[in-house]
Amino acid sequence: MLEVAGIDVRFEGVVALDGVSLTVRANQIVGVIGPNGAGKTTLFNAVSRFVSPAGGTITYKGQSLLGVPAWRLAHMGIARTLQGLGLWPTLTVLENVVAGAPSRTRLASDLLALPGADRRTAALRDEALVNLGELGVADRASGYPGALPHGIQKRVIIARALMAHPSLLLLDEPASGLSATDVNDLIDVLRSLRTRMAIALVEHHVDMVMAVSDRITVLNLGQVIASGTPAEIRANSDVANAYLGQKVAHA
Amino acid sequence: MRLFVIYTVDGITNGAVYAAVALALVMIWRATRIINYAQGAMAMFTTYIALIVIRHGAPYWLGFVIALAAGLVIGAATERILVRPVESRPPLNAVILSLGVLILLEAIAPMLFGGQTQSFPTPVSNIDLVAGGTTLDFSPFDLFTVGAVLVAMLLLFLVFQRTTLGLRMRAAAFNPEIARILGIRVGRMLTLGWGLAALLGALAGMLAAPSVYLYPSNMDEVLVFGFTGAIIGGLESPVGAVAGAVGVGLALSYVSGYIGSDLAPLGGFVILIVVLMLRPQGLFSFGTQRQV
Repeated sequence: MLEVAGIDVRFEGVVALDGVSLTVRANQIVGVIGPNGAGKTTLFNAVSRFVSPAGGTITYKGQSLLGVPAWRLAHMGIARTLQGLGLWPTLTVLENVVAGAPSRTRLASDLLALPGADRRTAALRDEALVNLGELGVADRASGYPGALPHGIQKRVIIARALMAHPSLLLLDEPASGLSATDVNDLIDVLRSLRTRMAIALVEHHVDMVMAVSDRITVLNLGQVIASGTPAEIRANSDVANAYLGQKVAHA
Repeated sequence: MRLFVIYTVDGITNGAVYAAVALALVMIWRATRIINYAQGAMAMFTTYIALIVIRHGAPYWLGFVIALAAGLVIGAATERILVRPVESRPPLNAVILSLGVLILLEAIAPMLFGGQTQSFPTPVSNIDLVAGGTTLDFSPFDLFTVGAVLVAMLLLFLVFQRTTLGLRMRAAAFNPEIARILGIRVGRMLTLGWGLAALLGALAGMLAAPSVYLYPSNMDEVLVFGFTGAIIGGLESPVGAVAGAVGVGLALSYVSGYIGSDLAPLGGFVILIVVLMLRPQGLFSFGTQRQV
């Protein structure tokens, strides 16, 4: 599905990613973990075409993504959420989700407000409601996102990402700021989504990643230091030193 | 009392034209954070195009449609070719750029169209209506002016509020990064936003020309008054801009009627300066948060 091979990303001479590889297969959940500044979000940004790697390749369904403009990814079935949520405060929850549909714009009919435009908008609204229902927040559709608890907002942005009918879903810190109950709900949601798409997630919440991922890649200082099943990662001493060790020390 | 009615009607009619300009400025501001000082000059240009079409024997309405279409094209082309490269630069670059376009258009116009003042036709009579022996204080063209601006506003409202295209344009203006992730062609939305704004400006040009006549800088004052209206409205709010512009239209009409018509342009600048000094965020703006 997604094949990132040996990419290098540099910002003004600082090496952010150094020969990083990541493979995500269909119906697989891949977790990317690592300490702050390890390059996790930069890796996602490279896949999302926000930054261009200096070297290496990124292919999706066998097609290179290098040179593909960022906006086209959603049309190719790659959806993403951002840490910063990015919900529009003056649009309702439903409108926020509808705006996530990367359907082709029909300039003429929308500009002339033809009946066809209304029908398409109605179809998108129905679909958005289905997605909100799947995330268990359909009852919030008419509210404004600013008034919602953080956990609900996080579900809304996943519902919005689903409007792209993704075959690959990139989630940037989906568990950050969630309560323990919310995290368990999120794990259920991800397992249910896995039946129809591949999911890659960048996350600080190691327990959640361990629980939900099929494969885990560990980044530290821009390099992959380990990659494998949750059990392998748990047993890896490099990982314990670089990352998990810190956690234990704090705990 | 009679005079007051006349001045009020004049004020609303002129205010409608300023409102179209103000709304165009607000649309461009919201899309790209740029004040388009060339808005008036673009409208002057498209009005000249309409005049040429009409002088060649075409009906007024063909000239009208061509002017609006030319506005769409000129606005879109300006964004795509000139504004795009400075969008990620400091705001001053865009200010200089739009002033440059203003100067350029006003310098080219006399070469292409001649510099002398020309009269401009109206689609309907410009003479006050008479009903039952009494002269009403508005002409069919006044009604057309107010009606055309209202229809244009209603259409824009429907596009922005009721269609997914409008939703995308708002999304692209508010948060380009998220918009791109969601598959929105942000650049295209901004181009379209400029095009629609210039179309609205072209409408203002067509409506203003019969009374201010047509010459290369004929829209300068209209731009200042429209800009004043937009500032009063807080630059972010389409409703505020329209209300502000109509307010400016009324104020100037009263100044010109009761005090002296020479003072009207001065009055516009006084209002602008006072508003900028006392309430730079606008009278209708209640905070600094950006609206989608």
